[in-house]
Amino acid sequence: MGDILGLLAGGLAQAFEPVNFSMIILGCVLGLLVGAMPGLGSVNGVAILLPITFLVPPTAAIIFLAAIYYGAMYGGAISSITLGIPGASTAVATVFDGRPLAQAGKADKALTAAAMASFIGGTISVVLFTLFAPPLAEFALKFGPAEEFSLMVLAFATFIGLGGDDIPKTIFSILIGLVLATIGLDIISGQPRLIFGDISGFLHGINFLVLAIGIYGIGEMLWTLEQTKGEVTVHKVKLSMKEIIADIKDVKEYIGTTSLGSMLGYFVGTLPAAGATPASLMSYGIAKTFSKEPETFGKGNVSGVAAPEAANNAASTGSMLPMITLGIPGSPTTAILLGGMIIWGLRPGPLLFSEHPEFVWGLIGSLYVANLATLIINLMFIPLFVKILTLPFTILAPTIYILCVVGGYAPTQTMHDVWLMFLFGVVGYLLRKLDYPVAPAVLAIVLGPLAERSLRQSLLSSQGDPLIFFERPISLACILIAVALVLVPVYQKMKRKKNAEQGEQQT
Amino acid sequence: MTVRTAEFVMAIVLALCSIGLMIKSAELNIGWIEGRGPGSGAWPFWLSTGMLLCCIATLWRWFRKATPESRNTNLYMTHETLVIVGTSAGAILFLLAATHWIGIYASLVLFLLFYLKFVGRHTWMLTIILTIGIPVFIFCLFEWALKIPLPKSITEPLFYPIYDLMYS
Repeated sequence: MGDILGLLAGGLAQAFEPVNFSMIILGCVLGLLVGAMPGLGSVNGVAILLPITFLVPPTAAIIFLAAIYYGAMYGGAISSITLGIPGASTAVATVFDGRPLAQAGKADKALTAAAMASFIGGTISVVLFTLFAPPLAEFALKFGPAEEFSLMVLAFATFIGLGGDDIPKTIFSILIGLVLATIGLDIISGQPRLIFGDISGFLHGINFLVLAIGIYGIGEMLWTLEQTKGEVTVHKVKLSMKEIIADIKDVKEYIGTTSLGSMLGYFVGTLPAAGATPASLMSYGIAKTFSKEPETFGKGNVSGVAAPEAANNAASTGSMLPMITLGIPGSPTTAILLGGMIIWGLRPGPLLFSEHPEFVWGLIGSLYVANLATLIINLMFIPLFVKILTLPFTILAPTIYILCVVGGYAPTQTMHDVWLMFLFGVVGYLLRKLDYPVAPAVLAIVLGPLAERSLRQSLLSSQGDPLIFFERPISLACILIAVALVLVPVYQKMKRKKNAEQGEQQT
Repeated sequence: MTVRTAEFVMAIVLALCSIGLMIKSAELNIGWIEGRGPGSGAWPFWLSTGMLLCCIATLWRWFRKATPESRNTNLYMTHETLVIVGTSAGAILFLLAATHWIGIYASLVLFLLFYLKFVGRHTWMLTIILTIGIPVFIFCLFEWALKIPLPKSITEPLFYPIYDLMYS
């Protein structure tokens, strides 16, 4: 414990270094802006802005991106409350009570509660993260290629079992992400693979950023334009320092359920497919169940705003736990962070703690600082963020497109990748309209090379015997949980069918 | 085209892509190589096979009308959506194509001019500020701070004086 506190103190000191601290502030502000824009969330901000982090050292870069992640989680509430449109899917549950409060002229109350709850969620989850990460990383040091591969199978199985999307379409999305990751030179034999039409641009493979920016930049913007038709109406917010302080005192109304929601959010967040959106919905449900006046939920109860906001912030920290300790991202945003770490020359996983402690603890320290910084910036500049929401889409959309195009060019500096990015954006949008989930593909393209390497190494060491995945206990446990996860929706479906048949027989 | 038709067409297109990927992977060794493990084509081949099976499952569900999309007879793209999404996609397409020809900065100016003035109908004042401001910002960020040169094509000579200033 003493060790952890010492390392944490070092991390905090690192977070206050001038470069890192300015990255935190800049990241929080950009995150708040991105999060507040309807339709755009942390994943879009991180994908579009990752290329510009080549400017600073890796520690500052991850701190910047983590601050964006945090800021966006806070910012999502701003548009949920003032526009009634979730700033990101993670803030959907915030609309339920945030919108009625804004309509009743109490937007300030809702916005302050959202900020305070996000802070509580962030703080609880960062403490949990600090306690859980080092032992988990130490445990994961025992993992060989077979365990690594089984763990990835488990990560993908969570999408099938918990994602809630059409199962064949989810599996398709995972597989196409993995196939896209194989394009280029084979890591083991060095042979060129899947070089379509002998186009040399495919030789260096498809950078995960090309897919991520295409889907989360261009595809998402097209989707948002379709959903909003470029028109939004903003509720007026009047806010003075005095009112904010009065609103902050309301925190005692919701601190209990918020703390519970935060812990729940943290653990749900560590699961790759679950993450912040279901966590916030579950937390909302808990707050409603434990409330003395459940009937006021959905009509403008402050606890109804606080609970989901606490959970989505906690989940964002939770999703970093498997990324840092196991090298398996807990959400699409952390998948992009993980890809970024590979670009910066780091190998995510348990060794990170022993090989690059300054990186890990700098990140953890910065999470504490970013949480506080975002709270202060958010409360101080709420009126400004609300004003930015009125920015017409004819200014916002071209700016995002331009950032996507230059951001897609930057990593490999070929127009080939920019064209691919555009193609992925349009195809991703068309697929999303047909309910194909896109997040699994992004996770898969990041994990693809790692998955293939661990599979081939395992099979080579066992002389081609696939039983290796069942003979090692940790690997077997992962596979069994994965199978159970895949069977959950099948079982539910059968049960529903049976119930329906029974219902028919009774009538 | 209705959503139902779109679901069918998409599944067929994706199935054809999967078959294409299987054929392409099979050009490499998809079996076991003694002492070296699975051939380099094996992993993508079996993944593409899985993709094909998913498409077949989707088609089967379409046929049985098991998914919400396969029962939906609304338009896949309404006229309004087509206009708003088509304008964006068309403008980006132009931006990329023009970059090969006149370089990214000149293309950005035309792209912004089109979007701000003809789509957004903003004032000339705002249009001019953003049309010049955004490319200048991109130039400073990428060429100056990140040292990543963006494609300039035939407009390259126009940048020589700026390079002289930057690197002198």
